[in-house]
Amino acid sequence: MVHIQTRSFRGGVHPPAQKLSASVPFRDLPPPDEVSIPLRQHIGVPAEPLVKVGETVRMGQKIGDNLRGLSAPVHASVSGRVRVIGDVDTADGRKGTAITITNDGQDTLDETITPHPEWEQATPEEIRGLIRESGIVGMGGAGFPTHAKLQVPPDKKLNLLLVNGAECEPYLTCDHRLFLEATELIILGIKVLMRVAAVEQAYIGAKVTMEGVQDALWPFLEKEKGIDLVLLESKFPQGEERQLIYAVTGKEIPSGGLPWDLGVLVVNVSTVWAVGMLVTSGYPSFQRGVTVSGAVQQPSNYMVRVGTPISALLEAAGGFAGEPGAIILGGPMTGLPQSSTLVPITKQNNGVTVFAKGTVAGGGTTDCIRCGRCVAACPYRLLPLYLAKEAERGDIEQLNKFNLLDCRECACCAYSCPAHIPLLHWMRLGKGQLRAAR
Amino acid sequence: MSNLQLRIQSPPFVHSGHSTQRIMLMVVVALLPAVGASCFYFGTPAIIHIVATIVTAVLCEALVQLLMNRPVTVRDCSAVITGLLLAMNLPPAAPYWLGPAGAIIAITIVKQVFGGLGQNFVNPALAARALMLASWPSQMVAFVAPFDAISTATPLVAIVNSDPMVVHPTLLQLFLGEVPGCLGEVSALALMVGGLFLIFTDIIDYRIPTGILGTIFLLSSLFAGPGFSFGFSLTFGVYQLLSGGAMLAAFFMATDYVTSPVTPKGRWIYAIAIGFITVLIRFWGRYAEGVSFAILFMNIATPLIERATTPIKFGEVKAK
Repeated sequence: MVHIQTRSFRGGVHPPAQKLSASVPFRDLPPPDEVSIPLRQHIGVPAEPLVKVGETVRMGQKIGDNLRGLSAPVHASVSGRVRVIGDVDTADGRKGTAITITNDGQDTLDETITPHPEWEQATPEEIRGLIRESGIVGMGGAGFPTHAKLQVPPDKKLNLLLVNGAECEPYLTCDHRLFLEATELIILGIKVLMRVAAVEQAYIGAKVTMEGVQDALWPFLEKEKGIDLVLLESKFPQGEERQLIYAVTGKEIPSGGLPWDLGVLVVNVSTVWAVGMLVTSGYPSFQRGVTVSGAVQQPSNYMVRVGTPISALLEAAGGFAGEPGAIILGGPMTGLPQSSTLVPITKQNNGVTVFAKGTVAGGGTTDCIRCGRCVAACPYRLLPLYLAKEAERGDIEQLNKFNLLDCRECACCAYSCPAHIPLLHWMRLGKGQLRAAR
Repeated sequence: MSNLQLRIQSPPFVHSGHSTQRIMLMVVVALLPAVGASCFYFGTPAIIHIVATIVTAVLCEALVQLLMNRPVTVRDCSAVITGLLLAMNLPPAAPYWLGPAGAIIAITIVKQVFGGLGQNFVNPALAARALMLASWPSQMVAFVAPFDAISTATPLVAIVNSDPMVVHPTLLQLFLGEVPGCLGEVSALALMVGGLFLIFTDIIDYRIPTGILGTIFLLSSLFAGPGFSFGFSLTFGVYQLLSGGAMLAAFFMATDYVTSPVTPKGRWIYAIAIGFITVLIRFWGRYAEGVSFAILFMNIATPLIERATTPIKFGEVKAK
């Protein structure tokens, strides 16, 4: 069944979609001569290396893990020899330990990797263990370990799986392409997750402007009981967990709460795909779909091995179109700006967006004219203009009073500000002040 | 790949394209029909008033900022609007120094002394107008009939004085603007065209003009009896809407961002209160015209309204 009525949320903004690569099918990006696999590709504590320099590793082999606290293992994305274990520049601008592997070009698969056709007989606990061992984390960007999402506290109960296919960031198209090219894997992943979470109902939230998605999903929706499609308005941040849940269920996650407080499990479509890959081929999470778009010669979608440097993707896309002014991991609304093209792609990175010099928004700030555009745009119903002012003054009490911690950093306020005030920057600064005061 | 100069900043990397300057220019564009109407009805004096007031406002802003050793921000065009709105509030037969004098008051005392754009707590043009009414009362009521220079009272004054000799203008004359009044307030048609343009281009919030005009219309329709006693007349409601500064104020003065609430609910309260006070002053106050004082009152109340209407945040657990 398809919900024809398009769902959405209050507030938000409409940046031009710029889905330049929407009709470009995935191509496999040849694995580079060397991959650097960061040990921190998720929320929680970083993994610790399980291999030593000089050791031979195989593709899909677990090379890092951490059993203390919330964490997720990492896997070799090529076969070869560990050249070095040390700090590299990572996507969020911090240094992070990575295992650098010299690719032997053989792609020799780790012998422990086998498909899991038995998943229908396995217990939810067993499947959850498989998901953990495969290092599957939220691939929409947040990187929250998926197995932890499935471990619901005893006083909560899940009743709905929500597949996040909103892909609301401009430029990015890899989730759209997955819907079209890996429909079967996605449906399989949904069924697996429904079994683990013990829910009878799943909704696939896809943006109404995603061409071909309804046709691709239709045969499966007709066949599968309890899997339905919900069409979402093309608006930002439709893919933010809270707004997605609101759009589909009409309920608001309590402030400071989590989706499971409403009995909802939200999983990104790329993550669902990774679960599908796990049961059909046994592959752990060491590759993903990545969009390369913006000011590049050929905006494209690639299937990329984790640890591949951004430079390899840019090269594959024909290089820059003009002189680049900013390279962003993710999309332009919430993505991470990069200072180096050597930064490796992780499980969390869904795109590389390039802006030509002179086209990057920012700067030219003038005084606030109190137009209220930030207030109208804020999906969390905060007053960004006052939050920015209090962050500038460093008034902790006022920052709390204006609910700074309810800000999810969607950047809608800064996007809509005619005075070009870097509002998100002030929010972050304010949050730093709150942390420091604690 | 080396030697790349890459921007590192907090997102976003794209922007809506709005800018303060663009917004101000849109407001100027939206006022052009009213400027045209004013030149059409009142001729050369209208042009002289408008140009003199705008030029003074802009020069005064630059000068004050230079003297205060602050960056000169006349390029944001906000002084142009202050000057233009002030000129719109002048009676056609006023002496030519009156507009520039008002502009100096508006820019210096009301705006820059408080810290410039965004810091003033009342609308500069309106505060200056109030001061001018107090300082130069006779010059501020130098009204003339359109197309000739015969001095006359405005329709609202005529109603309050219930002068039997006065021939009241028809609704059509009020709508088109063929009535005595301030330069920019006479043509409801021209003001509505500009106002709707601002609403549909998302420059102003429909709530403010809707709240003000709706309240004025409703209350006037209900108090249409003799001496503003209880009595129902839709015609009188429309008459009140079309006369005086209601249209100019509702679309262009009350919608000033700086001095109106930023919260959606607050804007309704602000607007309805302006409409209410306007009718109060028009019907039972000493002045025939009340909308500018109503706005000034509510400008001052804006911080209170905002505090009372701060939206309930997303996911707020309601108190039991």
